[in-house]
Amino acid sequence: MENDLNLKATELRLGLPGSDEPERQMTPRPNKRTLSDIVSEGSRSTTEEDHQDTAPPAKVQIVGWPPVRSYRKNCLQGKKDEVEGGTGMYVKVSVDGAPYLRKIDLKVYRSYPQLLLALENMFKLTIGAYSEREGYNGSDYAPTYEDRDGDWMLVGDVPWEMFISSCKRLRIMKGSEARGLGCI
Amino acid sequence: MPKRLVYSLPDEVLEHVFSFIQSDKDRNVVSAVSKSWYEIERWCRRKIFVGNCYAVSPKMVIRRFPHVRSIELKGKPHFADFNLVPDGWGGYVLPWITEMAGAYPWLEEIRLKRMVVTDESLELIAKSFKDFKVLVLASCEGFSTDGLAAIAASCKNLRELDLRESEVDDSSVHWLSHFPETYTSMVSLNISCLGSDEVSFSALERLVSRCPNLRSLKLNRAVPLDKTANILRLAPQLVEFGTCTYSAELRSDVFSNLAGAFSNCKELRSLCGFWDVVPDYLPAIYSVCSRLTSLNLSYATIQSPDLIKLVSHCPSLQRLLVLDYIEDSGLEALASNCKDLQELRVFPSDPFDAEPNASLTEQGLVAVSLGCPKLQSVLYFCRRMSNAALVTIAQNRPNLTRFRLCIIEPNTTDYLTGEPFDVGFGAIVEHCKDLIRLSLSGLLTDCVFEYIGKYAKKLEMLSVAFAGDSDLGLHHVLSGCESLRKLEIRDCPFGDKALLTNAAKLETMRSLWMSSCSVSFGACKLLSQKMPRLNVEVIDERGPPDSRPENCTVDKLYIYRSVAGLRFDMPPFVWTKDEDLALRLSP
Repeated sequence: MENDLNLKATELRLGLPGSDEPERQMTPRPNKRTLSDIVSEGSRSTTEEDHQDTAPPAKVQIVGWPPVRSYRKNCLQGKKDEVEGGTGMYVKVSVDGAPYLRKIDLKVYRSYPQLLLALENMFKLTIGAYSEREGYNGSDYAPTYEDRDGDWMLVGDVPWEMFISSCKRLRIMKGSEARGLGCI
Repeated sequence: MPKRLVYSLPDEVLEHVFSFIQSDKDRNVVSAVSKSWYEIERWCRRKIFVGNCYAVSPKMVIRRFPHVRSIELKGKPHFADFNLVPDGWGGYVLPWITEMAGAYPWLEEIRLKRMVVTDESLELIAKSFKDFKVLVLASCEGFSTDGLAAIAASCKNLRELDLRESEVDDSSVHWLSHFPETYTSMVSLNISCLGSDEVSFSALERLVSRCPNLRSLKLNRAVPLDKTANILRLAPQLVEFGTCTYSAELRSDVFSNLAGAFSNCKELRSLCGFWDVVPDYLPAIYSVCSRLTSLNLSYATIQSPDLIKLVSHCPSLQRLLVLDYIEDSGLEALASNCKDLQELRVFPSDPFDAEPNASLTEQGLVAVSLGCPKLQSVLYFCRRMSNAALVTIAQNRPNLTRFRLCIIEPNTTDYLTGEPFDVGFGAIVEHCKDLIRLSLSGLLTDCVFEYIGKYAKKLEMLSVAFAGDSDLGLHHVLSGCESLRKLEIRDCPFGDKALLTNAAKLETMRSLWMSSCSVSFGACKLLSQKMPRLNVEVIDERGPPDSRPENCTVDKLYIYRSVAGLRFDMPPFVWTKDEDLALRLSP
């Protein structure tokens, strides 16, 4: 049994077009295989591990496994200060007129243009370019954020690092309403 | 001359008789007896449970049941708890509140689970229902302390406010202070999920002191230990108490104050909280331990010796939630001390570490199954298991009704034999004839599903992950499990054939969730066409499924029966059969 390493039978197939049906085998499988790293966004890949590896590769977290609620995870790890290197900096993003909210991890972005592009893609809208004097005038939408003091500010007004450390939530307002903000 | 039949009793008499029938199932049966019974029953039904908020529309509910006083709604699928449902998927309660505000002015109770609740919804509740009494928001999100302030200010007869495990935004409003000084009706308050800034302790104290009927109080983490004693002295009638943070070192004055306060609480039966508890403080609760029936230590990072000491003081325990720090030795102590135990949940203290950090194995569970004859409900996270242990557990405890085992590493095999766990779980379903809920883990082939389909006739909910070999597995479950209502599957090689062959079965169930499986978009379309009373939702953040070949598998699939048709609040990443809705681009 141990030598019958029919790797194809152990492949977790997620059906890319044109790929073959794996042969389904009813023989008992070899021991524990290392699972592929499955991430929630982006492409999936399956890896076939040689069962005779002695040192398993570093464990990558599978989304939603083990099934421990994030409420419980958060409580056990303590409420980490998100600025000081917690596992992510998730903030809620709402869009005027949309019935739903999204959450994004600010740590994933390095600059305002990256963040704005991501927001545009996520919500299928145009935000346009930021200018110090005019804000987002001329765009349909303007991104704003609530800072630690509870004030609503225009995204882009402060340096990126300061923004990251003070942003509590994002709100993409209709352009007309945002004109009152961010006036210098 | 028409026959006077025995069931032509006057309507008022029938209504009175029906008022003794509380369960939904019985009520549904009653309403199916005859047209007149249907009519009478619908006018006097007071309590509604909607297990999937999209299965029916608020208007439909209101049309059939015009005098409802209590409603319970559930929104997102269970796997949303583990971040498998993207944000924005749905589950909005506002449309329901809006309709009910007009139709049910005398609504008293709203219970929600996994729904998105906005401050606007809470404000609407506060102003629309004059005799509002019970608000339970379990695992909900989308609201802030502003919404809570509105409830506090307006609901004069509020008895129950339970925010269990919800996500609440802090709007910096001292919402507790919005309960007027004249408000005295609180019976049950659960604010354990709130953050540090969201509760004013002095407002809490004043509230507790003027509510003589307070029976259940679950505080949040931020209330310091020395204040706990104050609260308890103000409410010695408490039956259920959730403690707050324990401080870092033992101070004997704080300890004796706390012990004294606890000893006054003769009615106390249930304790939870214990965040950051320091073991030296635990003896403060010893005076109430002999009467405790429920103990939730699952946030307490205390080690086995202290846990053993604690449970040995609790012979009446029926329900225990604990971390794996209890270890096998602690579970053995539990088994010998707590003969009334009905429910055990053991959570992982460090779920993402490959190495076990506590000596908890299958032995602990075997010991409890042997020692606790009333054990019915098990949730157990561990890193090691054997078929022999599962067989023993099944034989010891045929009275199990809920069995959820999570062997942390996917595809783990029997550590003694190297085999999959087909035989072990097979024994569980074979012996435990009243099993209604089952979660599988470890390496499993299609065989286990054959056993499940054959034996698990009362099974209502099944959770499957990283298991099975082929469509046959899914087919066994769908064709064999007669009582199945909810099926949730992730990362299994189940595909089109099993789904399409058993399409009719899906209408007898509440819902089916499949993510990272092998179901193609083509099959989803076909299923939609064949089954007009099913909503087939393809949840895929990669972009429109039409942009890929039809045989390409979908990311996530959520199928549920509905008489309401398609919903109108789908985000861009959810696709269903109506092409027009799917092509909406703007939010």
